[in-house]
Amino acid sequence: MSPTKTTAAVESKQVTFLEAIRQALFEEMERDPTVVMIGEDIGVYGGAFKVTAGLLERFGWERVIDTPISETAIIGAAVGMSYLGLRPVAEMQFIDFIACCFNQLTNFAAKSHYRWGAPAPIVVRGPSGGGIHGGPFHSQNPEMYFTHTPGLKVIYPATAYDAKGLMKSAIRDNNPVLFFEHKFLYRRIKEELPEGDYTVPIGKASVRREGRDLTIISYAAMLHTSLEAAETLAREGIECEVVDLRTLLPLDKETILKSVVKTNKLLIVHEDTRTGGIAGEIAAIVCEGAFDQLDGPVMRVTSLDTPVPYSPPLEEQFLPNTEKVVAAARDLAKY
Amino acid sequence: MNGYGERMASSLKREQFLDLYYYMRLNRSLEDRLVNLFRQNKVVGGLYGSLGQEGTSVGTAYALGPNDWIAPMIRNVGALLVRGFKPRDIFMQYMARYDSPTQGKDGTSHFGDLKVRHVVSPISMLGDLIPVMTGVAMAGRYLGQKIVAMTWIGDGGTSTGAFHEGMNLAAQQKAPFVLVIENNGWAYSTPVSRQVPLKDLADRAKAYGIDSMIVDGNDVVAVYDTTRRAVEQCRAGDGPVIIEAKTMRMRGHAQHDPAEYVPREMFAYWKKLDPVERYEKYLTENKLWDEKAHKQIDDRVDRELTEELEIAENSPLPPAEEASTGVYCEGCHEIEAIWKRPKSEVMPPKSSVAPVWSVAIPGDGDGAQSKSASSAVVTTMAEHFPAGAKSPGNGAGTKTASKSGSKPAPKSARPAAKKTMARKGRG
Repeated sequence: MSPTKTTAAVESKQVTFLEAIRQALFEEMERDPTVVMIGEDIGVYGGAFKVTAGLLERFGWERVIDTPISETAIIGAAVGMSYLGLRPVAEMQFIDFIACCFNQLTNFAAKSHYRWGAPAPIVVRGPSGGGIHGGPFHSQNPEMYFTHTPGLKVIYPATAYDAKGLMKSAIRDNNPVLFFEHKFLYRRIKEELPEGDYTVPIGKASVRREGRDLTIISYAAMLHTSLEAAETLAREGIECEVVDLRTLLPLDKETILKSVVKTNKLLIVHEDTRTGGIAGEIAAIVCEGAFDQLDGPVMRVTSLDTPVPYSPPLEEQFLPNTEKVVAAARDLAKY
Repeated sequence: MNGYGERMASSLKREQFLDLYYYMRLNRSLEDRLVNLFRQNKVVGGLYGSLGQEGTSVGTAYALGPNDWIAPMIRNVGALLVRGFKPRDIFMQYMARYDSPTQGKDGTSHFGDLKVRHVVSPISMLGDLIPVMTGVAMAGRYLGQKIVAMTWIGDGGTSTGAFHEGMNLAAQQKAPFVLVIENNGWAYSTPVSRQVPLKDLADRAKAYGIDSMIVDGNDVVAVYDTTRRAVEQCRAGDGPVIIEAKTMRMRGHAQHDPAEYVPREMFAYWKKLDPVERYEKYLTENKLWDEKAHKQIDDRVDRELTEELEIAENSPLPPAEEASTGVYCEGCHEIEAIWKRPKSEVMPPKSSVAPVWSVAIPGDGDGAQSKSASSAVVTTMAEHFPAGAKSPGNGAGTKTASKSGSKPAPKSARPAAKKTMARKGRG
């Protein structure tokens, strides 16, 4: 049974990014009684963004657990449940609040299998990212704190298809997986999804656009910005290859290197702040693995090294956009 | 006998009394051997002991059933032994050997066993086990396993945020979870009085509206008996319980720490209350053993430790290339839930509910919560810190501190109004 039958989406085959995630949760709960949800306001209210809407009604109080405002307890309890064979999906109401349970994630969950051979199959998901004027505490991209933590997996999808397929893979994975849902995409992108069960593998990037002149690597909302920029650049005769990372940990080094070897130029675009962003790591990978293939410097377009500002002109200044990507790509193309 | 009412002993058989002694003696002698290994530079990192706290570790762990779950802290070697781990496991953990339970990936008591012994490994950050074991308790209930989960925390660890979040969630979920606060007087170098403005840490339970008990932690039978009651209460579905065991850390925080900050008189006071010596006296006075039986157990412990240590010392250090293995579970472990109830109960259509809260409406007559019926605080436990206080052994060994907080408001007696609908789930 598909959740679309209980929602307005039934009229259209087009499914939003948000609905795709909800379908994945619904179908996994339907498939496997060890899958449970835990978080704040996820049951009766259906979650701040309604990603878990309808789950309580169908699966009941034992499987959709509304908790006190206690991120540490949410993740701790999820890990404890996973030790008995459950597969809990924990919601952070906004991903910014993941800072409150940093210790449970990085010290308890991430090290569990390495230290004493205890897999902790939990998923931690939540709305992330800016562009919606949420201010410093409702707009962040904290993925790199966790991408720096061995033992975790970090997923940051850009399309509805991937969001659904990767969520299913995350739930079925035996490791703690962080699943970032860019809230700008929730209701802005739609696509038709295949009928029936499918998964998207964790740790595999996807080439979204073929090109020969330079490679743009991106993920999440910035993938769409990068694709728009590639469109503009194509009209100027610069053919960009656009790679969607989809997973940040483990990183798909093979696809990255393959594209750079093909185009010889690399631009990395991410919404995360600049210092310590994934761009630096990718630049190092390319220098180690394809240095003699580079015809220009590895460049990056990122957010500023500041907190996410609230006022619209400030936030626009802070975030990357199509113009910034186009300008950087033009510079790079000159080499 | 000082400190032990007759009812305490009623549930234990003679062999079980001797078991308790065996584990306490094993706990202590094992740690003596570890001190020797430390002096020989065979312990790779720090060494943490539980001298003086063996009664608490052993008595609490012994009160659980084989399917129950524990998560020991650094001073709960006794609990690990009760749970069936061998001394070699602990020796090898400290010596970082390849055959240790973590194969050299971690040390000390940082190991566990999901499948057989149901032991969750601790981490060094205090308090984190409380929400984790709450989750274990919740999952056990969900699967219909009727288990109880238990962990320990020191006096210092009760000040962490994870303690509060975990206890609050456990209380809200009515999770079958027992928390043992091992109040050993000192958080590293800081006395309890400088950490918490409370005389009894059991009073923390009041904040969560749950039951608490206070026990003389150096009285193993009292510890066992109190824990047994707490565990039974949990298993009956009455929600979590906090037990405060008053005890004393008889050495420094770790082997490197001479504990010069502890007044000598305090050590002297607690030395007289040594849990192993007190229990030896108890067994003799109650004619539960004779000198021969006593010697037999001591000899057995010595023999076993010698054999176990030899096995441990013969284990190699891990091969260096193992460092990069095991970060992820890539199918090396099978994850399986053990269902003790029909899965259909948690699947549609049976699982489906009306997604509506049941809340008390002011003015219904239900709003005022009933006062707790059993609010009497009964404790003759001596002051935790001496200064002329009586020996804990002279009072009753174990007392219920209070039925903390008030009982949950009764379910609405009036017919369902428009604004309230019965909530079928757990609250």
